[in-house]
Amino acid sequence: MLRRTFLGMLGAACVGASLPAGAEAAGKEFKGYPGSKGVLFDATRCIGCRKCEAACNKVNKLPKPEKSFDDLAVLDERRRTDAKTHTVVNKYGTPEHPVFRKSQCNHCLEPACASACFVKAFKKLPNGAVVYDESVCVGCRYCMVACPFEIPTYEYDEPLTPRVMKCDMCAARQDKGQLPGCVAECPKEALVFGEREELILIARERIRRNPDRYVRHIYGEDEMGGTSWMYLSGVPFKEIGMREDLGTKSAPELTAGALAAVPMVAGLWPVLLGGIYAVSKRNAKVADEERKEAVENAIAKASAEAEKTLSDALEKADVANKRQIEVEVKKAVEEALKPVEEEPEGSDEAGNSEKEES
Amino acid sequence: MSTPASNGPKSAFNTFNLVAGAILVVGLILTVLRFTQGIGPVTNLDDNNPWGIWIGFDLLCGVALAAGGYTTSAACYIFGLKRFHSAVRPAILTAFLGYALVVFALQYDLGRPWRLPYPIFVSQGTTSLLFEVGLCVMLYLTVLFVEFTPAMFEWLGWKKIRKVVVKLTLVLTIFGVVLSTLHQSSLGALYTIAPSKLHPLWYSPYMPLYFFVSSIAAGMSMVIFEGSMSHKKLHRMMDEEYLKHHDGVVFGFGKAAALVLFGYFFIKTMGVAYDNNWHYLVSGYGLLFLTEMLGFVALPCFLYAVGVRDRNLSLIKKASIITVLGIVFNRFNVSMIAFNYHLPAADRYFPSMTEIGISVFIVTLGVVIFRFITTRMPIFFEHPDYKGDH
Ligand code: SF4
Ligand code: SF4
Repeated sequence: MLRRTFLGMLGAACVGASLPAGAEAAGKEFKGYPGSKGVLFDATRCIGCRKCEAACNKVNKLPKPEKSFDDLAVLDERRRTDAKTHTVVNKYGTPEHPVFRKSQCNHCLEPACASACFVKAFKKLPNGAVVYDESVCVGCRYCMVACPFEIPTYEYDEPLTPRVMKCDMCAARQDKGQLPGCVAECPKEALVFGEREELILIARERIRRNPDRYVRHIYGEDEMGGTSWMYLSGVPFKEIGMREDLGTKSAPELTAGALAAVPMVAGLWPVLLGGIYAVSKRNAKVADEERKEAVENAIAKASAEAEKTLSDALEKADVANKRQIEVEVKKAVEEALKPVEEEPEGSDEAGNSEKEES
Repeated sequence: MSTPASNGPKSAFNTFNLVAGAILVVGLILTVLRFTQGIGPVTNLDDNNPWGIWIGFDLLCGVALAAGGYTTSAACYIFGLKRFHSAVRPAILTAFLGYALVVFALQYDLGRPWRLPYPIFVSQGTTSLLFEVGLCVMLYLTVLFVEFTPAMFEWLGWKKIRKVVVKLTLVLTIFGVVLSTLHQSSLGALYTIAPSKLHPLWYSPYMPLYFFVSSIAAGMSMVIFEGSMSHKKLHRMMDEEYLKHHDGVVFGFGKAAALVLFGYFFIKTMGVAYDNNWHYLVSGYGLLFLTEMLGFVALPCFLYAVGVRDRNLSLIKKASIITVLGIVFNRFNVSMIAFNYHLPAADRYFPSMTEIGISVFIVTLGVVIFRFITTRMPIFFEHPDYKGDH
């Protein structure tokens, strides 16, 4: 019975974990702050000159790289952002038709990093930038696990004050009315800074005008719930190292179910467990009482029986006694009378004495 | 029965002490390295693989294997299965040590460990599942500590305060089960944020449920496994009461574990069906998944069932070992092997010797403390002053 209750509860927990996911997803869709800014990257315009990388390095005062930014040979390797590099350009495609793609933080509308951080070190600003506050960061690196674009990096060599490092869309420069460093420096206008809504219109227009030049998709419009950086490309996005299987659910939607289950578990569990406890205690009590009663009955019955046996025994003994006395008396009388008649036979006497003993 | 207060190992230089001592010394050296050089030089972690064996083993496995605490105390105090009573103390102690060591191990992995209280006291990131894990683990560690104190108070002879704590048993137990449900499942939920990184055979929106259910099996199996280990090594510390009930506990938990594993197998299969992931089964990862499901879930489930039916203690113990290994295997798969499956082989993670060294160090530390406590305090035996007083 207990086992069945238990499995039933598991079932309840299962329903609890799955239902809120659906319920929550419907009502809670955040499409970004109105008027927030973003950047549109057009891979068909990028020539892989690394000017944006150099600009980023300069405006963020990052350490100088080993090889200078003029060295285009590094484009042959596949690189990723790291603690000293907030943006990288990689080369894809064929040697005759190279395609370049810049990568940096995409500044998600609902950032996975921000929703994952357990000290709120990441914040999405109304201007679109996702910024990091090192003064509270514990260094757990869950933000790095969470980011679907593999963007946040970490100062692994820092023993005491490691920081999470990533592009912040030059939030400080934006405040001063300046363009992000990379955008300002791009010689080919492969990067366009502006209101996100506008950028989407621009991107659509480019696709409409040159349907042969572009893949009909604005990467970042819906990916992971939408990002402030968006991409246009002439080749499938997969071929320039971008995942096409991310889906359109934002990070908070992915975890909403689990989070919504928390109050349910906290609210329901004690009640259920308390109930089980009450039942099991009651069972134990009933069993206890039954046992006690049974024992009492048994004792009562046993003592009654014992008494009866005793009195029976006594009675029997009494009767036997009486009878024996009678027999004895009779014998005695008979014997008293006998010798007169049959004195000479000794064997008879022996037989008699045997009888007496028994 | 005499109080076996001082019949610990005879010589301080037995094999156990020597090996453990050597490991502890190496561990201390690695500790110094870690906190002077930073995480980078002592680990193989990088920007693509921010979590390695310190999270995958020390945290995920540690917490799952310490689940014996809540399963045993729930069985005894809530479900009223009194024969589990003798198993409660060892299980609570193991859980307490387990969690304490999990928190201790975290210090190595965190970039700024002294800020560990931040999420609770400075800046609460309530949207984060890690916040939930942190909060629950902190609270549960406190609960476990309080649940453990009666043994300590008996050892110290503090009768009054012991009585107060013993009165709280039921409340503490319920609180413990709630907290365990939450953080055991939240550890699985941590990964729900990264569907693009975890292989589809392991990723599921039901991961919280998977982690919770498997933690029950893990907890029970650990109680069985550890009970038989202690049986061998610490037999002298056990009283008749404990020994009398030992087999009953093993059979009871064996039966329950068989059921839980069966249910777990079932919901995992449902998960594959739900997302229609069958086609992944015929791949390298499919093989890994099948190994996990058949070798480490279905097999121990079957062995447990047969073991209980035939009253075969050694079979049940084997099943418990397989289940424990299976949990470790599963947590490794989720956190490391099937995680980042999309990355090229060169970018994949494999732990460094130092990382493994620290993990071994922490496990050893746990065993040493466990021995220290069980050879002194009334864990496997009832304190003579408090016989039958529960
Ligand atoms: S791309 Fe990654 S780091 Fe940037 S906002 Fe999105 S989740 Fe955060
Ligand atoms: S590493 Fe820092 S920023 Fe990232 S989740 Fe942890 S506390 Fe937050």
